[in-house]
Amino acid sequence: MTHALPAGPRPAPRRQLFISTGIAVVAGTMLMGGMLSVWLRFRAAAPTRPTSDGLRQIKDWLPADLTMPEVVTNVGILSFLVLTVMVQWAAYAARRGDSKHVVSALGLTLLFGIAIINAQAAIFVQFNVGVASGAYQSMFYAIVGTLTVLIVSGLVFTVASLFKSIGGRAANTDLLNAHALYWYFLAAAYTAVWFVVFVQK
Amino acid sequence: MTTIETHASGTQVRATSSDSALGAFLVGVGAWATTTDHKRIGRLFIGCALLIAIAAAALGAVIGVERISATGYSILDKDSVTQIFSLYRVGLSFGVMLPLLLGIAIAVVPLQVGAKTIAFARAAMFGFWMWLAGVGLAIGSTIANGGPGGGNEKMVDLFLLGMGIAVIGALAAAISVVTTVLTSRAPGMTLLRVPMSSWSALTGGVALVLTLPVLFGTLVYLYVDHRYARIAFGGNKGISDWMGWSLTQPQTYVYVAMGAGVLAEIAAVVSGKRQVLRPVLLTGIAIVSIASLGGATQVQHAVTWTNTSASDKVKELIPFLIFNGLPLLGVLVVLGVSLLGIAKGKPRLVPAMAPALLGLGMVLTGMVGHLVSLFGPAQLSGTVFEEGEFIYVSYGALLIGLAAVSYWGPKLWGRVLPSSAVLGISGLAFLGTVLAALPMYIAGFANQPAGVANDFSYSGPQELWNTASAAGHALVAVSVLLFVLTALRAFTAGEVAGDDPWDAQSLEWSVSSPAPSNNFVSTPSVASAEPLLDIKPAGGQK
Repeated sequence: MTHALPAGPRPAPRRQLFISTGIAVVAGTMLMGGMLSVWLRFRAAAPTRPTSDGLRQIKDWLPADLTMPEVVTNVGILSFLVLTVMVQWAAYAARRGDSKHVVSALGLTLLFGIAIINAQAAIFVQFNVGVASGAYQSMFYAIVGTLTVLIVSGLVFTVASLFKSIGGRAANTDLLNAHALYWYFLAAAYTAVWFVVFVQK
Repeated sequence: MTTIETHASGTQVRATSSDSALGAFLVGVGAWATTTDHKRIGRLFIGCALLIAIAAAALGAVIGVERISATGYSILDKDSVTQIFSLYRVGLSFGVMLPLLLGIAIAVVPLQVGAKTIAFARAAMFGFWMWLAGVGLAIGSTIANGGPGGGNEKMVDLFLLGMGIAVIGALAAAISVVTTVLTSRAPGMTLLRVPMSSWSALTGGVALVLTLPVLFGTLVYLYVDHRYARIAFGGNKGISDWMGWSLTQPQTYVYVAMGAGVLAEIAAVVSGKRQVLRPVLLTGIAIVSIASLGGATQVQHAVTWTNTSASDKVKELIPFLIFNGLPLLGVLVVLGVSLLGIAKGKPRLVPAMAPALLGLGMVLTGMVGHLVSLFGPAQLSGTVFEEGEFIYVSYGALLIGLAAVSYWGPKLWGRVLPSSAVLGISGLAFLGTVLAALPMYIAGFANQPAGVANDFSYSGPQELWNTASAAGHALVAVSVLLFVLTALRAFTAGEVAGDDPWDAQSLEWSVSSPAPSNNFVSTPSVASAEPLLDIKPAGGQK
């Protein structure tokens, strides 16, 4: 026999996409946190060598013949700063049901996202490291490559959100809040990699 | 609440009578391959995990047979021993424990929380195929001289790639399960009213979300390094050092954590009464996940106690107990409260109770073993004692999986497994587990080294221990094979199940058996943690 339970009221909005994105962001944080931890462990275990002026000892981690393209990495982090404003603009416009602003904000997000990918490509080109040249080089490719893949996935999210917004779902606050959350995570992950890998070296 | 259909067919395309047999078969395969029905996705996970379990246990038996004669190799090739051990561990961890309990969660959780489907059903389906492809690649490449310590460099790369794909798949499925519990509960079902299995799926799923990405990051490093440089991570030999933590305790507890609530769920039904000490039980289940996670993220806190003062000994003991003893405490709470509930109720026969109880008992024995092995003065590090722990935990998880399949079988297949078969097979599997693992505990004290199949000797009946262990693995393989055959027969032509064959308490038993494709016609309303007892005569207080 089937037990008849009373039917409940219509469930409240579930914010399913936002919450699942939050869980994915936790997973992504563990991914980048784990990779940075391994990086720090290797860097701490590296021997020391004198600086080029011979005045002090530094960790022999970044090979002496390589120069980090700091300008490009700084452009990347500034782009992220602007991009986080754009994604919040999209989320704010969605709450107000302003489809024109949603589409504009997402379009600009896409533009800055592409700029960041371009900056990532420039890092690889200007740094000119061979992946097989040493421990630092292979680990650099692994961590920066993983970050780049995550940024590309953010761009895919933006494109999907843009198409949905153009298709009449610009007031989908769950979607655009989730989109904003994911880009905030990417900005935080980029900042962490920027500080540990590009600044501290 | 009523249901409108009694058979899952929402996504199934049925062939007309004019279709050829081949066409009907292909349509059926296509419907299964692209299904978004969470019950089907869960069954795919469960079925594949049970098949891998048979192979892994058989492999354990082969290793045991090879160890009987400690000099010279009788079955295995000397160069393939490392691969065989890797295959066995990877098979049981990523091919059995993780997917079996994840599959059960995918199949059952939406029904339990009153959801029409799993959150992001396509992600769950994608997760299954990614996991299957990844595990297939990892196993295939290890067989072809890949895997940790493998000699074929391309196959080692393929192993790392396969493991990465499997991890992404498991992660996608775990995120679906966690999101379902957090967002798709029926009105009135607060988190404190969530059924025990769903609660353990939530806490275990969160623990997976927190640990699997770290493994994925490590695999990325290993892949890039092995593929291009082989400088930083020690090439093929270093793979075990860097990813070995994911194939041993306490990380294996994280895989088992999703099944910690199965016993509590069934025990409440056995007692025929509402769950006693429910908040304590919820806490116990959460402790299993959180403490396992804590243990997995730490360097092993072992106790050495060599030439130290009493205060130093206490300082060593505290982190040791926190990181290794807390998961044990969680399991003890689950076991204790479940048995207390049964003692306070009027117990009746629910066959699944036997494998659930034995399974969690085996996991507990493995956890106790892990605690003992980290106690320095016992000198068990690097011995087969550690293999014994792994066997207890993994086969314990397998027994919990068998319990879950037999308990929720009516809701997933519409038919009941014969009670005698469930009790007999679980008894056999239990016996096999003890036979496989206990001799390893004993041989560990005699310093039989772990991870080698030959070239060791110690005083004691080493042939007896290794023969018993081999027989135990073989018995487990036979038990799972018997279970699969019995299930195939019972779920296709066995006794038709009623909608509520166990006189149960949670929402899934309010719909017809097997559950319809969209689970519930209208969203049910829940007023307590045991919604069915609210509407049964005398509130279920029989």
